[in-house]
Amino acid sequence: MSAKTDILKNIRQALGDDRGAELPVNRDYRASLGLDREAMVHLFIDRLVDYNATVYRTDAAGIAGTVADALRSRGKSGLVVPPGIDPSWLPQGYRFTADHDLDYDTLDAAEGALTASTAAIAFTGSIILTHSLAEGRRAISLIPDYHLCVVFESEIRGTVPEAIRSLASRRTCPITTIAGPSATADIEMMRVKGVHGPRTLDVIIVG
Amino acid sequence: MLISLFVACYNDTLFPDTGKAVVTVLERLGHTVEFREAQTCCGQMHYNTGYRPEAIAVMKHFVETFRDAQIICVPSSSCVSMMREHYPKMAKDAGLETEIEELLPRVYEFSELLVDKFGITDVGASYPHTVTMHTSCHSIRSLHIGDKPERLLKAVQGLNLVKLPAADQCCGFGGTFAIKNAEVSSAMLDEKIKAITSTGASICTAGDNSCLMHIGGGLSRQDTGVTCIHLAEILAAREVSVQ
Amino acid sequence: MSVRVGEAAEAPDFRQAAHALLANKQVRANVRRATETIRNKRANVVGEMPDWEQLRDAGRAIKRRVMRNLDSHLEQFEAACTRAGGQVHWARDADEGNRIVTQIIQSHGQKEIIKVKTMTSDETQLNPHLEANGIIPWETDLADLIIQLGHDKPSHIVVPALHKNKTEIRTLFMEKMGLKELGTKPEDLTAAARAYLRERFLRVKVGYSGANFAVAETGSVCVVESEGNGRMCVTLPEIMITMVGIEKIVPSFDDLEVFLQLLPRSATGERMNPYNSIWTGVTPGDGPKEFHVILLDNGRTKVLADEESRETLHCIRCAACLNVCPVYRQTGGHAYGSIYSGPIGAILTPQLQSMEHSQSLPYASSLCGACYDVCPVKINIPEILIHLRTRIVENGDRGAAERIGMRMAAYTMSDAGRFSGAQKLVKIGAKPLESLGLPGWSASRDLPAIPKESFRDWWKKRQVEKNKA
Ligand code: SF4
Repeated sequence: MSAKTDILKNIRQALGDDRGAELPVNRDYRASLGLDREAMVHLFIDRLVDYNATVYRTDAAGIAGTVADALRSRGKSGLVVPPGIDPSWLPQGYRFTADHDLDYDTLDAAEGALTASTAAIAFTGSIILTHSLAEGRRAISLIPDYHLCVVFESEIRGTVPEAIRSLASRRTCPITTIAGPSATADIEMMRVKGVHGPRTLDVIIVG
Repeated sequence: MLISLFVACYNDTLFPDTGKAVVTVLERLGHTVEFREAQTCCGQMHYNTGYRPEAIAVMKHFVETFRDAQIICVPSSSCVSMMREHYPKMAKDAGLETEIEELLPRVYEFSELLVDKFGITDVGASYPHTVTMHTSCHSIRSLHIGDKPERLLKAVQGLNLVKLPAADQCCGFGGTFAIKNAEVSSAMLDEKIKAITSTGASICTAGDNSCLMHIGGGLSRQDTGVTCIHLAEILAAREVSVQ
Repeated sequence: MSVRVGEAAEAPDFRQAAHALLANKQVRANVRRATETIRNKRANVVGEMPDWEQLRDAGRAIKRRVMRNLDSHLEQFEAACTRAGGQVHWARDADEGNRIVTQIIQSHGQKEIIKVKTMTSDETQLNPHLEANGIIPWETDLADLIIQLGHDKPSHIVVPALHKNKTEIRTLFMEKMGLKELGTKPEDLTAAARAYLRERFLRVKVGYSGANFAVAETGSVCVVESEGNGRMCVTLPEIMITMVGIEKIVPSFDDLEVFLQLLPRSATGERMNPYNSIWTGVTPGDGPKEFHVILLDNGRTKVLADEESRETLHCIRCAACLNVCPVYRQTGGHAYGSIYSGPIGAILTPQLQSMEHSQSLPYASSLCGACYDVCPVKINIPEILIHLRTRIVENGDRGAAERIGMRMAAYTMSDAGRFSGAQKLVKIGAKPLESLGLPGWSASRDLPAIPKESFRDWWKKRQVEKNKA
């Protein structure tokens, strides 16, 4: 007998045939924070700052200028970008390398990556990537040591349930949620920021 | 009101003063107390050690003894917790579901009886000592007794209540645990004793003599000068301070 | 079939193991500091959740729903994952799971894998198995790396190296990584680990993980982590292998909205852990080209069969129960002789092994209930501990002396006449409690003197006097 048959047989023996109706799940936990957009953005920014991320706010027309600001203040001359990035986001005078299957060593040597995002969660300070063409494959926001991420205010959700439900059409894409730079507390419970993931995260919030 | 006292087997044998104190307090409040001599034990030790059929036999005896009692007062949070948490399940095996369902709402832990049922916190006691209180595991986590004992103590004349650090941490008794895993149990007790002595209290109280027997055993072995006494005995006291 | 949980079957009993550990002041201080830190952080972030109890109830309800129809959920997962380009394998026990892993690695001619922290591979002892087959498993979680380099054993589910302090870690890293110089701060040690692993992340072709959740509806797998090593392991290699216990299934994608709130707050006291990776099968142009999931039983269906302790399988391995346990606090994790330690270990390990081994574990608890209070999926651990004790007694595995004693006591306790007779016997012995032979007790605790008069004797006298008056 195959392992599958055996395991399923054991489960059926354990549970019997008469399982009764599917058990109900009461979802009366909080789905919304009941905050207006500005309050939500503020909460989100608070959480990001808590993680040491630098946060910029701008409007759609100001994205390129803000990217330039961020690069200047981090002393960077260029970034890797996903193939589907909106070209209007890229300021003059910097070198942007589109990711057409760049090899890992190239990514490792890059100064950082600029990506879009799918959604964010104000209450937990999370950014959600579903790795669309504007967000890029997972490797580009992972290997370079710096991640500059663009988040649209309209995509900021209050709670985890709101965010998860908003992913309905993208559930089977690769999904990465990011809440601050990588961190560990494995040594004497002292929190160290920056382990393997990008050690610096900056966020541009677009209104 | 007629109140039936279930004193608990270990109180009966080892801590009769607690039972007497309960009688004193309840009579002082104008109630009549009865003691059904057929009573023995709640079955906790058996149940917790894995002897379920034996515990069921003891439970049956409890039901027979208290079937028609209107209010049952128990000065032991662990016994009440045993009844509420486990009797309903054991009742199924014993075919006593209805009896248990009817009986349990009439069982009160001592401080529940005073505060919830009677709505009283001041029982007219006076006890001029510095006291700290260990919140027994069963009373907080199973009975959710909250601040009831504290409110009772605060109403006692002359009593200086000092907060016990990590009051909700287990003292390490756990019935047969204290014997089966004596060393770990002792290490847990050590922490409790350090916490108690750090308060400067001369008295440590609780609503359960099983914890107090354990804590008291350690306090006495380490010669700390701190004494353990059940909450009921403080509430029964009418000491005048000697000044 | 043989179920194996790490090396638990060979471990000494809890009492013996605890004896040695209690003498280790350093470890006990580390354990205390670590558990207190996480416990306070947890209390803060749980305290800010007005709907925590509703979330716990929902978590519990979802898990109950999964268990009730575990077979169909697993089949649903298999179908969805396969549709998305994944390959699903089934393993009855640890050996079978390990063999599947080796076969996949060897079929690609590979000799190394990068691993993200997973308890399941400790359970199946995957690493020794791989090493015996000439494959190097690189642990990439900082704590696991510390354990691996030191040939040590994990002592906590979430922070496995909490028993090591930074001086010990520094010495270990210098020796094993061949470093001449290394700073003393946690930052320096972390940077050393980053440099050590970086090259491996970029080069090694096979990644390995467990899963916190596997979604039946979509065939997705979710890995929750902090350091980014998880993202590296599940993204960069060409071949990805995930071994997951069959109980880790959740029915629908949206169920993650419950667990992604419960888990980080309970495990590390964070509102959200830095990274979650969720992936479904294979995505062309992004990540591994080949994805294998191994669904592992290894005793779980046996646990499922016992209705009274089935909910043990609800565990999401947050370790909150360890951090509040007063017993764990004294001994640390190694006393439990299993990779699953603390309260959850005390109920899980013996059950996985069909109660044949680790029978001392259900007694390693004072039943204080702190674990039940914090468990994010409301597993009634004290109740299961008692249930397991009952099973041990029923199997006749406790000593005859204890059994006879308990029977006699029950006989005594179900009749007032016999009980009061026994009370008198106790009194005759003068200092009788001592003589009952409680050596463990008496080492650190005095026993109360036996009062001259029991309560019932006092009551009788009082009634007589009342009647006279
Ligand atoms: S039993 Fe509950 S508290 Fe303990 S690790 Fe599992 S989920 Fe967490």
